[in-house]
Parts: sequence; C-alpha cells; structure tokens
Amino acid sequence: MNIRGIFAIYKFEMSRTFRTFSQSIISPVLTTSLYFVVFGSAIGSRIEDIDGTPYSSFIIPGLIMLTILSQSISNSSFGIFFPKFSGTIYEILSAPISPFEITIGYVCAAASKSVIVGIIILLTSSFFVNLNIIHPVWMFFLLILISVTFSLFGFIIGIWANDFQKIQLIPTFIITPLTFLGGSFYSIDMLPEIWQKISYFNPIVYLISAFRWSFYEHTDISIIVSLTTILGFLILCLIAIYYIFKLGYKIKV
Amino acid sequence: MHAIEISKLDKRYDNGLKALTNINLKVKKGEIFALLGPNGAGKSSLINIICGIAKKNNGKISILGFDNISQYKQARSLIGLVPQEIATDSFEKVIDTLKFSRGLFNKKKSSTYLDKILRDLSLFEKKNQQIRTLSGGMKRRVMIAKALSHEPKILFLDEPTAGVDVELRKNLWKNLNDLKKNGVTIFLTTHYIEEAEQLADRVGVIHEGKIIVVEKTSKLLEKLGKKTLKISIKKKTESLKLIIKKYSLKKSVSHYLLNYDLNDKNIVSNFFKDLNKNQIEFEDLEIKKSSLEEVFLNLIDK
Repeated sequence: MNIRGIFAIYKFEMSRTFRTFSQSIISPVLTTSLYFVVFGSAIGSRIEDIDGTPYSSFIIPGLIMLTILSQSISNSSFGIFFPKFSGTIYEILSAPISPFEITIGYVCAAASKSVIVGIIILLTSSFFVNLNIIHPVWMFFLLILISVTFSLFGFIIGIWANDFQKIQLIPTFIITPLTFLGGSFYSIDMLPEIWQKISYFNPIVYLISAFRWSFYEHTDISIIVSLTTILGFLILCLIAIYYIFKLGYKIKV
Repeated sequence: MHAIEISKLDKRYDNGLKALTNINLKVKKGEIFALLGPNGAGKSSLINIICGIAKKNNGKISILGFDNISQYKQARSLIGLVPQEIATDSFEKVIDTLKFSRGLFNKKKSSTYLDKILRDLSLFEKKNQQIRTLSGGMKRRVMIAKALSHEPKILFLDEPTAGVDVELRKNLWKNLNDLKKNGVTIFLTTHYIEEAEQLADRVGVIHEGKIIVVEKTSKLLEKLGKKTLKISIKKKTESLKLIIKKYSLKKSVSHYLLNYDLNDKNIVSNFFKDLNKNQIEFEDLEIKKSSLEEVFLNLIDK
C-alpha cells in the first residue's frame, strides 16, 4: 500500500483548501448562517413546533446536509477534474499508486473538508438555537458516512466532466433541487399524501431523515431503511469507480 | 537486462488513428537514448504508454525486468517523467511540489536530497516561491526536479528543451550528462537534432508510428552521413574537366563540390593527387560533415 502517496494527495488537497480559506470554509458557513437568520429566526419564530422540536432547531440537520452534499461533491469533483484540466494528472497516472489509493486520497480530503464545514456550521448554529443532540456518535458517524459517499459521487462527476460546466451540471440541476425537496426545511409528513409518496423516490430524503434522527429522534423513515439506502449508494459509487479505473474511462487515452 | 524493453507494441486511438505499429525497442542501462521524429510521429504516444498515461492495444513493455502493466508499481517506481507541456499547480511553492512528487512515489521525506536537486538545477534560491512567479525556463526545470525527486533509475524527457533559450538548453544538457554519470538511463524525444547529436549514445528514428532505424549516433552518421569538400579552383583548364567528370564534381557559384561517403577513406587523397598531377591550383577549400538533421531528413524521405 502506497501510504505516502495517499497522504501526498490528501495533504495537497487540504493545503488547497486552506489556501482558498474564504471560498472553501467561510463561504459555506456564511451562506448557512444566513439561512438560520432568515428561516430559523425570522420566519421560524412564526412556525409551529414539529414533533415537539422548534422549527429553528428542526432545520439544522437539513441545513447541514444541504451544505455537506454540495461541498462533498464540489470538493472531490474539482479535486480530480482540475489535474485533468491543467495536465498535472500525468504525475498521478505515472506514479506507483493504485486507482484505489488515488480514490482514497481525493475522497478522504474532500470528505474531511465537508466534515470540517459541517462541524463549523453546527457550532455556528449553537449561537442561534439551543442544540441538544440525542445521538452524537451516530450524528458524527452519519456526517462522515454521507460526506464520504457524496465525495465518491463527486469524484465520479469529476472524472466524467470534461469542462467546468459539466462539473456544475449534476449538483445544480439534480442535487440541490432534491435536497430542497428532500425535507431540509420541512417534515415529509407535512406534505399532501401524493407528494409524500413521490418524496420516497428522492434518495436525499433518506439522508436527511437519518441525520435528523440522530439529532431529535424524529424521523420520516426508519433509520435502518435510511442507512441501507446510504450504504447502497456508497457501494454503487465504489463499483462505478472500480470500472472507471479498470477501463481508463475519461482518464487514459 | 535492459532498462526498457518493448516488443510488438501497437497503439490505435479511438478515432482510428494508428499511432504506433509493431514497435520493438531495447534501451540499455545507463545510456542516453534519443528518439527523433517529426510532429505526430508517435514519440509522445510511446512515452505515455511506457509511463502508464496512455493505454496500449498490443505488445509488452518491461522496465528493468518489471512488466509495466502487471507489475506497474515496481515498474513506475523506477521511472521519472518530464512531459512535453509544462503542467504544474501554479499556486504551489517549488519545494512543496517536489515533496508532493516524492510522496506520490512512496519515498521517505528527504530535505537534503530535494535541496541537492534544487541546487543542481539552479532553483535553490526559488524553493519557497510560488511556481507562477517563475520564468518559463525555470518552470521547465521545476518539471525536471519533480521527475528527479523520487530518485528514478530511468528518466523520460518528452521534448525537454522545446522553447528553451540556448543557454538553458546547454545547462540542461550538462544536467543530463551528470545524471548519466550517476547511472540514470535517459530516454528523450526531441525535435532538435543537435540535441541528439550532442547527448545521445544511440538514436532511434520514428516516422508515422514505426521505428525506422536504431543506431549508435556516431555509427548512424558514419553509415548514412556524407561529407562535402568545397574547393575554389584558380584557373579552369582542360584537365580540370576530366577531374570534374571523374569525381562527379558539382558546380556551386564559384566553387566545386565533391560529395563522398564518410567511410570512403581514400577519395580525398586520390582527389588531391589528381589535382597535383594535373597541376591544378586551388585558392580555398572547406570540408563539411552532414549533420544528423540531414541524415534524419534523408531517412524519413525514403
């Protein structure tokens, strides 16, 4: 195992994050804080509690998920896309490092950044609401699991994309709408019955539901079903990455 | 065991372009091998396949006995690559990019070794500068430093001196000769025939994806090179006409040109004997040896 190679990629990616601190860390935290102010404090104060949880607290897991998903995808997709774009990928492809090790390096870095941002948002939210996390260990486990899973997904997008527009395509047109419609700001059972049924086809519903369960034990869907869905998606991403490297798809000519 | 051994290598791109056909090549340990060829001949394709950047369709490549596919980790750990294009992360510091390269190749940290490379390549003063602040020539040296950062046994350089000024080119040649002295095998592709002539122990010529000749540089020149004797004759005489006919001299402005093979040892002395015998006096003479460029152009014209 090329541990030093994995660490070199990880360190390179993390140093890029700290080089662009305002864009990588401050920007998502600021955006989420604005959500707290608008939806939590301003509008939330006029909305009834949901299953005994004040609305301003209820939206915290959803807001963290909203940022985590987009951050994980953009971190890892950009991480692998940029070397392809700039030509520096030659060094990684000619190094004695396996596809699996390359993936670990990029995905761990992307997921670490997401987890850091998630924790900062969580700490920021404590300035706005009283935080009471019922299952903190599960909360951290889910934060890491979801960050890793969507970093893997972002990695696939980064390999598939051959221009900057494609990098934004899936996050903008699929992930963000699904996250907004996945119960970030509401509970699924607040929807009319037909929309509740449609929502169950939205995979993001399962992520938000599981994450919210770790906070308040309030859940739209059983935690087992949610965990199985997340793990299933993780395995799908791993299989896709295995075949991408095996076939050299969009990496080797 | 050879440093590089390639047999029956074929490469066809998805658009149908046949980049390489039945390449068979052996590069000896410790030699400088130059691959010459016009644009699009397949030089970069060959390097990219050896180093694992591009896929092959057929054939086998081994690096110091390690197969570059089934034993890619062992094979690649012996290789350093300097690609044709300057590709670096502009915002990184010189020293950080070298540490990154060394780490990728699973080598332990060594500031002493990296500092030595930076000194050898006259980059030490710039080690803490961002790459974007360096000149084009310095960036190219950073690329070489990155390739050397993990102590490779074989160094591939794809057009290392393209767009580089004369002074830097000569410095790089010196660096490459120093590496050779340290036992590093060097495989370079170049447009500049002078580069191959100055550096290479052996030369391969590739044209339209096929290697058309591999030979020692000196032998190739000897085998295919020509010499031209340029002579100015004082006075035209009848006997000169006979000599012109005998030696097939060509008239060029005020001179006569005698073309002969490098291995034709007696022709010059016979020619002067004949001039002497016929009392033909000459004013000036010059002997020009054909360059590798002329040999190369002759080869690809055939």
